[in-house]
Amino acid sequence: MERTAIRRRLTWQVATVADVRRETETARTLVLEVPDWPGHVAGQHLDVRLTAPDGYRASRSYSIASAWSGSTIELTVEQVPDGEVSPYLVDVLKVGDPLEIRGPVGGWFVWKPEQDGPVQLIGGGSGVVPLRAMLRAHAGAGSTTPFRLLYSVRRPESVIYVSDLKELAASDDVDVRLVYTRDAPAGEPRVGRIDADVIAQYAFTPEDGATTYVCGPTPFVETVADLLVAAGHDPARVRTERFGPTGGPR
Amino acid sequence: MDIVSPGFTGRRRGGTELPPGQYLTHEFPVLSAGPTPRIQTEHWEFTVTSETGEKYKWDWAALMALPAEEFTKDIHCVTRWSKLQTTWKGVSLDTLLADVETGADYAMAHSYGGYTTNLPLDDLLDGQSWIVYEYDGEPLDPEHGGPARLLVPHLYFWKSAKWVRGLVLSDIEDLGFWETAGYHEYGDPWKEQRYAGD
Repeated sequence: MERTAIRRRLTWQVATVADVRRETETARTLVLEVPDWPGHVAGQHLDVRLTAPDGYRASRSYSIASAWSGSTIELTVEQVPDGEVSPYLVDVLKVGDPLEIRGPVGGWFVWKPEQDGPVQLIGGGSGVVPLRAMLRAHAGAGSTTPFRLLYSVRRPESVIYVSDLKELAASDDVDVRLVYTRDAPAGEPRVGRIDADVIAQYAFTPEDGATTYVCGPTPFVETVADLLVAAGHDPARVRTERFGPTGGPR
Repeated sequence: MDIVSPGFTGRRRGGTELPPGQYLTHEFPVLSAGPTPRIQTEHWEFTVTSETGEKYKWDWAALMALPAEEFTKDIHCVTRWSKLQTTWKGVSLDTLLADVETGADYAMAHSYGGYTTNLPLDDLLDGQSWIVYEYDGEPLDPEHGGPARLLVPHLYFWKSAKWVRGLVLSDIEDLGFWETAGYHEYGDPWKEQRYAGD
C-alpha cells in the first residue's frame, strides 16, 4: 500500500451550479463551476455542505463523476429514500445556486493513467459514479490500457450515463457490459445478479494482472469481492468502495 | 464562509450527544478498502511488537482465556454516521499490554488484509480501547472486522482496525493507510479532525 499524499489543509469552497442533467428518475448530475479547484484524481470524492437559514448544517460525501478538466467538476447524486441531503441535491438545487464543497479526498479508490496493468471496473447502481470518472480519465489521457466495465442495474431505465456508456463502448480500449437484475431490454435474455459465471465470462482473469475497482451498495460489493477472491484474484488488487448498511438484520 | 443553501431546511437527525457534523444512524454501515478477509479463529493470532523488537503473541484460546469486558459505547465514522449505545465484548488493551515492556509513544495497528492505522499509545490505554470479538451479544461478523477488531470509540472509527492482527510500537509517529490517503493523523470526532490539517 503505497504512501501518496500531499498533506495540505482542505478548505470549504463555494461552487456554483452551472448545469444539471437528469440521469434517471432518481439520479441527477450537477455540473459545478469551482474557480479554485485544485484538481483531482479519478475516483476521489468530496464533501458537500448545506446550510439552512437558521445556521443548521448537514454534510455528506459524494464521488466525483468527472475527470479533472480545469474548473468544472461533476457530481452524480442518487436520491436516498428518507435522505437529508440527496433529495435537495436531486430535486431542489438549481442552476445558479451556490454549493459549498470541500475536497478532493481519498487516495486509494483512484486510477491514474500512469498506473500499470489493465483495469476492471465493477459497479452496482450509483456505484458507477467514481468508475465513470476513471473511464473519463482514461479517455481524456488517450490511454490504451485495457478497461472493462461490468455494470449491474435493475432495468434499462436505471442506467446512469446511457449515452456516455454507448460512446465509450464504441472505443477499442473499453469493454462495457451491462447486467440487468430485474428487467432486461429486448434482445438481452439474461436477467440476474453478477455471479461466478458472469465474472468468468466478462472480467479479466487473475492472470491478466488487472486492478479491479468494485463500487456499490454494501451487499453488492461484499458479493462481488468474494466472487473475485474465490475465482483466484489477489485480494490486494481488488479495491472496494461501499455505501449503505450491510443489508443484514443489524 | 457563511452561505445559505436556497430552499434547504434540513431534517435535524442529530442531537447534542453527537460530535459536530455527524448524523445518527440505527443501521451499521460497512466501509472497507478491499475484500473482506475471512479469518478462522484457529488461524488467528495477535502480536504486539515492542520498539526493541520483542514480540508478544496470543492465539485465539489465549485471548479467550483473558478477562473480558462487556461495555456500551457510541461510535463515530468519518463518513459522518454515528451510532449510539453499541454493545461489545472484548479484552482491554490494558490487559494485553500489562506485561509488555515499552516506553514507546506510538502504535501502528496492522490487520489481516494489509490495512494499517496509527495511534498514540496513550490512546490505547486507561480503559480506552479493546480487542473486541462480540457485537450485540453475537460473534463479530466478518464485514464488521470479525473474528476480532480493535475498538477505540473515542476516535473516528477508521482507527478501530478491523481484522486486527497486531500492534507495532514505536518511538516515532508513522502514518497508516487512510492517514497517508489524506485523512487526519489523530482523528478526534469532537474536534472534527477528518482530513489532514483539520
